[in-house]
Amino acid sequence: MFQVILYFSLLVLSISLVLFLIRIIKGPSTQDRILGLDCIGVTLVGFIGIIMILQETIAYSDIILVLSILAFVGTVAMSKFMERGAVFDRD
Amino acid sequence: MNVNEISEFIAAVLMLAGSIMAVISAVGIIRFPDVYTRSHAGTKSSTLAVLLTLLGAFLYFAIAEAFVSVRLLLGILFVFLTAPVAGHLIIRAAYRAHVEMADITIEDELKEVISQKEEEKDQSHLR
Repeated sequence: MFQVILYFSLLVLSISLVLFLIRIIKGPSTQDRILGLDCIGVTLVGFIGIIMILQETIAYSDIILVLSILAFVGTVAMSKFMERGAVFDRD
Repeated sequence: MNVNEISEFIAAVLMLAGSIMAVISAVGIIRFPDVYTRSHAGTKSSTLAVLLTLLGAFLYFAIAEAFVSVRLLLGILFVFLTAPVAGHLIIRAAYRAHVEMADITIEDELKEVISQKEEEKDQSHLR
């Protein structure tokens, strides 16, 4: 029963990933696409949390930290590029 | 009910709540009319979804195997702190790039404030 519930949550999370992907493909502005990518990064963290329980291992907690940090840094870099035209300022 | 069943029950409830919250946020991202309302759906509820699933994993390992993982707690704290900041930055870039709002928007108060500030700057420049 527990396994069935976990697989069901994985299925629901993958449906939400597909919906984010649809928004990335057809989003009218670039900021929509950045928002969809940010949401995909955040949702993948939850995905790994469920896989950790399924495989009964604690070894993926590093991956959770690294993935959340990478998603944040990527989003900040992309939105700064969209706002000012450069990621690193020179002055 | 022994300890194993209790931990499985808690983890299952939190995982289900988290995944349903994620799909609610995805439906909001598909259905809302412009980028500002979409970010409202995307950042808040997907942050809550991740918090629920990670809390489920943390409680499962803490109760069933008596292993308190500090790295998981750090991950929860980091997602909780950074996801709203990322949404704020995206929306700020969208407003600066003049992304259009939906037709049902009634009032844009930030536009009036920005134009007022620019007028003041021009006048002080003339003097």
